[in-house]
Amino acid sequence: MGARTRRLQAGSRQTLAQALVAILAAGASYAWAMGLTPPPPARHLAAPEAMLVRALLDIRDHKFSSALEQIDSALAANPNFRLAQLVRGDLLLARSRPISTIGNAADAPAEKMDGLRQEARARLTRYQIEPPGELAPRYLLQLPEKQKYALVLDSSKSTLFVFENTGGAPRYVADYYVTIGKNGFEKLREGDKRTPLGVYHVTSKLPQDRLTDFYGSGAFPINYPNEWDMMRGRDGYGIWLHGTPRDTYSRPPRASDGCIVLANDDLRTLERRLQLGSTPVVITDSLQWSTPDEIDALKTELASAVERWRRDWESRNTDVYLRHYAKSFSAGGNNLAQWSAQKRQVNSAKTWIKVQLSDVSLLLYPGKQELAITTFEQDYSSSNLSNRMMKRQYWIKEDGNWRIVYEGAA
Amino acid sequence: MIRPLLAARNLVACGLATLMMLALQSGAVAAAPYDDASRLFKQGNHAAAMERIDAAIAANPRDARSRFLKGLILTEQNKPADAIGVFTSLTEDYPELPEPYNNLAVLYASQGQYDKARKALEMAIRTHPSYAVAHENLGDVYAKMASEAYDKALQLDRGNAAAQTKLAMIKDLFSSSVVPGKAVAQAESAEPAPARPSSQEAKGPVTKPAAAAPGKADSDAVLAAVEGWAKAWSSKDAGGYLSYYAPNFQVPGGESRSAWETTRRDRITKPKKIEVTVGSPKVSFDASGRAMVKFRQAYKSDTLDTSGAKTLILVKNNERWQILQEKMN
Repeated sequence: MGARTRRLQAGSRQTLAQALVAILAAGASYAWAMGLTPPPPARHLAAPEAMLVRALLDIRDHKFSSALEQIDSALAANPNFRLAQLVRGDLLLARSRPISTIGNAADAPAEKMDGLRQEARARLTRYQIEPPGELAPRYLLQLPEKQKYALVLDSSKSTLFVFENTGGAPRYVADYYVTIGKNGFEKLREGDKRTPLGVYHVTSKLPQDRLTDFYGSGAFPINYPNEWDMMRGRDGYGIWLHGTPRDTYSRPPRASDGCIVLANDDLRTLERRLQLGSTPVVITDSLQWSTPDEIDALKTELASAVERWRRDWESRNTDVYLRHYAKSFSAGGNNLAQWSAQKRQVNSAKTWIKVQLSDVSLLLYPGKQELAITTFEQDYSSSNLSNRMMKRQYWIKEDGNWRIVYEGAA
Repeated sequence: MIRPLLAARNLVACGLATLMMLALQSGAVAAAPYDDASRLFKQGNHAAAMERIDAAIAANPRDARSRFLKGLILTEQNKPADAIGVFTSLTEDYPELPEPYNNLAVLYASQGQYDKARKALEMAIRTHPSYAVAHENLGDVYAKMASEAYDKALQLDRGNAAAQTKLAMIKDLFSSSVVPGKAVAQAESAEPAPARPSSQEAKGPVTKPAAAAPGKADSDAVLAAVEGWAKAWSSKDAGGYLSYYAPNFQVPGGESRSAWETTRRDRITKPKKIEVTVGSPKVSFDASGRAMVKFRQAYKSDTLDTSGAKTLILVKNNERWQILQEKMN
């Protein structure tokens, strides 16, 4: 009986390892899943996640005792790390009877089990993210000096990347596991439980003491729906970055009503880098990385369009100036014809115009359509009127040229 | 089916020798009170058994067998803390005995202290690597720990999970060390364990170890016996049906054998028609050569139509496979 028990153990743990390798293979590069070229662990992972991943890799390598040690230390600090509890259950159960998949709890609710399995896959996918090195997200073309950080979310990798602004160019500093909407991304309607896809910024902070436990260590609303969303009739509200309730360390990759959810520790660390009212949050379905040269070319093209627009405005040649506006332009309830008539009237009364731009932010929109957002401080003076304002423009490509599709105060 | 290693049996044999020596050391002085206590305990007269065993221990304080029985009596009296004390001191005085570790583990497990249970079982296995009950119990403890982890993972509240453990407590230190009897310890229950046949997993003592590892012929013979048993039942042949039960069959519910037989005869002869079928039986053997058959039993009579998982444990008596234990899962 004893011999039989021991042999079954060995068999069952083999199966567990095979199940894991299958999961690894499903969401990962073939070569790595087969254990040929493990990537260097050059990225910093938070301790609980690092220990969990280490345990999963130990299971893959049939080092079951070491796996259990890793899991136990992950749980010592975070007993509510449910995925770690699940893996612990598997490691213990494999000593008792054969198991063949991740998560073997009897009569477990399928939805909860699926969520944990998806998290396992997401954590392993995250482990395989290579440090970007000199690559940067193609969306962050130029950041103004006073904007210290920018966030880019890659929902295909359940990961929120943090970039530091170094002389206008982004440099990778950290990333975090995040939960997004139950039904994925590209929010269209109120209640569709999707996370929006686009370029947003953090607007404010809702402190922990004003929230229920559900939001964990705090919440940071973003400006969904933005001007572009509203132009396209998208609605819904209340998309926040927020923490996690006390009874769990993390939530499955797709579980929120559209919010972006971080572990409380991660949110606290991230909070120090957030500037309310300005820190950009670019939400992508699949982050596109570009070389500095590629980004430079994109930036030059967009910056030149902005510069021509500024110069042509100063020239008071309103026909030339209006060429910078797209046919589908709309702002403040005016279409292009109404906007043009107003500009012609205003400009004709002036003998000179001077426009200076500073703190220019140039961001590309994620998604299929070519779309850019420019935000800047505009110092406008003219023969009869002067003002300073923060302005935001949305640009689309029309006949191969950048044209303004929306313009308004930021 | 994976058969036990021959080496495993050799190790058990060594263990037995150690226990025999200890039994001799305990001497004849304590034998009479011990036997009384043992008999009273088996009859469920725990208070009287305790009196006798205390006398035996007073006469011979180091007697392992008496102290072991005291631990069992305390367990049945629902005094787990005292029982833990007795078994713990036994592990200290006789670290080479696996049974006290096993019973300690059972008590810890019944309190939901699975990590302590696991450590005790690992000690039992360290002293006797082939000790089957400890292996099975360890498997159960790991399963319980797994279940706890799953509940935390899935945020399930399964209520009083600690009360549901089904670990086997060794009932007899000396007569069955080779194949220790496996009965239910439910320390949280004030009733004696035999009153809970539904959760019993008892494997009574076997007089001699199997000479050779069982093979296909044995498993065919076991299946034939199970089929014969079902056929006798279906034919309402009460005599034939009862002949499939071993003389030492563990009567469920603590009934006497004769009372049980009367009930069975009644139930078998009363219905006009009975049909019992054995579905997808699976046979396995343990180190002592006992067979375990798990199958789906479908029972159909003019008044009742039911089916469920059944487990039979069979022993070979005079070349005939007979039922030692029967339970519906």
